[in-house]
Amino acid sequence: MNVIKLDHVSKTFGSEDTGVHAVQDVTLHIAPGEIFGIIGYSGAGKSTLVRCINLLEKPTAGTVTVDGRELTRMRSRELRQERKKISMIFQQFNLMPSRTVAENVAFPLKGTGLSREATAAKVKELLELVDLPDKAGSYPSQLSGGQKQRVAIARALASDPKVLLCDEATSALDPQTTQSILRLIKDINQKTGITVVVITHEMAVVKEICHKVAVMDGGHVVEEGAVFDVFANPQQPVTRSFIATTSNLSKIDELIAAGDPLVAVKTGEIVARLNYSQSNTSEATISEISRRFDVDVSIVFSNVEIIDGQPLGGLVAIISGDRVAEAIGYLSEKNVMVEVLKRG
Amino acid sequence: MAEFLNSIIPNVMSKPDLLWKAVVETMQMLLISAPISFLLGLVLGVTVVACKPGGVLQNRFVSLVVGKVIDLFRSIPFILLAIIMLGLSRLVIGTASGVKGAIIPLLFGTVPFFARQVESAMSEVSPGLVEAAASMGCSPWDILWRVYLKESVPGIVRGGTITLVSLIGFTAMAGAIGAGGLGNFAITYGLRRQMDVAYTVIIIILIMVSIIQAAGNRIAEKATH
Repeated sequence: MNVIKLDHVSKTFGSEDTGVHAVQDVTLHIAPGEIFGIIGYSGAGKSTLVRCINLLEKPTAGTVTVDGRELTRMRSRELRQERKKISMIFQQFNLMPSRTVAENVAFPLKGTGLSREATAAKVKELLELVDLPDKAGSYPSQLSGGQKQRVAIARALASDPKVLLCDEATSALDPQTTQSILRLIKDINQKTGITVVVITHEMAVVKEICHKVAVMDGGHVVEEGAVFDVFANPQQPVTRSFIATTSNLSKIDELIAAGDPLVAVKTGEIVARLNYSQSNTSEATISEISRRFDVDVSIVFSNVEIIDGQPLGGLVAIISGDRVAEAIGYLSEKNVMVEVLKRG
Repeated sequence: MAEFLNSIIPNVMSKPDLLWKAVVETMQMLLISAPISFLLGLVLGVTVVACKPGGVLQNRFVSLVVGKVIDLFRSIPFILLAIIMLGLSRLVIGTASGVKGAIIPLLFGTVPFFARQVESAMSEVSPGLVEAAASMGCSPWDILWRVYLKESVPGIVRGGTITLVSLIGFTAMAGAIGAGGLGNFAITYGLRRQMDVAYTVIIIILIMVSIIQAAGNRIAEKATH
């Protein structure tokens, strides 16, 4: 049972012929409790797509179903009720400047029939959850960016939603603050089981908290899957270029192109990029081939990361010896992807 | 004191009761037309913002009609507007002179002006706030009331202050066509070369404007966070 189901969703701004096709035939199913990342460069349609989930943008085609109820066929009054279950946080925080932190958090609670005392208690509890218990009386203008986003998260959780949509929620924050906000979202996800959709253009964000990821390009979802699989086995150029932004293994291409002496190879030597696509990074494959095939392996770069609890990464090495070809064959057998970048 | 005043503003001191009457009439015009203008201007301003393309109650027709009507009345110089409105005043209020007769022209002068002030204050509200409220399930009315109006209080207060000051100017002009008040007093006697009367009126109006401006600034400041 998926909590969010987008089926063949398209959104065109303007006319069908001359308009902008922001989202084109996207089908995504998101399971309860999942943190689902949608990554793409600006203009890829990801912000429009996330607004199709709560129908802030009405899809021009397709259906949107959240928590078993099809939003795309609802009248506006009914839709507004459903939206209380789908909260959203924004890049620019969007706190009400004329209201205090406590009043901002209480904003969605108005008209829910909650008494003044119950509202105050709930606000207090939420501010403690986001670690800002002493800021209740402050105005947003007195807070830092990270604190503003924490208040926005508290406000988003006030209506006890099933889904939290994060639209570039950390893009306006510095790296440390980004980390703390992502940790907070992860904690809340683990504590409450809320389903989270994260829109971002930073692979680091996806790597940090997402279980699954969809890659968007030109309004289409071009690749989708568990974060580890997508990182380990990127199929599309756009995905590879995102992964390159978080790894230094692609630097070798620049070095080779520049003819750097670091990668100068003699006859019989090769420069190769090894990618550990299965979770076998910990095995001693390098010393293994070195012993078995009597080759020298000199590591130029290496980059191993923990993604979704599993090690993933690779290295760039210069391999030399008489039995290089055999060594490569052996590595392939062991599910290590070998890319020969340069031969001497 | 009285002697001193007698020496510098003899023509005012010779008719203090008339001056007092003029002050009272000006205050009456302000106190009656300001609250009505505030309400009507607010309603029109909110209507324009709500109905404009992309607004929460988008309605091209209403937005166009209301906008054009506002522009029409704003483009008529007040002194002409006051004369044109005499007939309507007679029809609605029953008279076209005195304080009562001035109300209709004053409303037509200030309401469109204040409506544009309200519109401009509300347009300053970030679209992000409106989107956030919509994402929380707020209705269009909720958004107008709890986001647009609430967040534009400082701007509306500033616009209201400007409108009130220009309303004082309008009451003086209305005086010229028989509405009474300070404007009438100044024109009646000032034109007879009793310049001290004109100067006294200017000083009284200056004091009123200063008080209104200071109060407006203070309220706007308090409402800004």
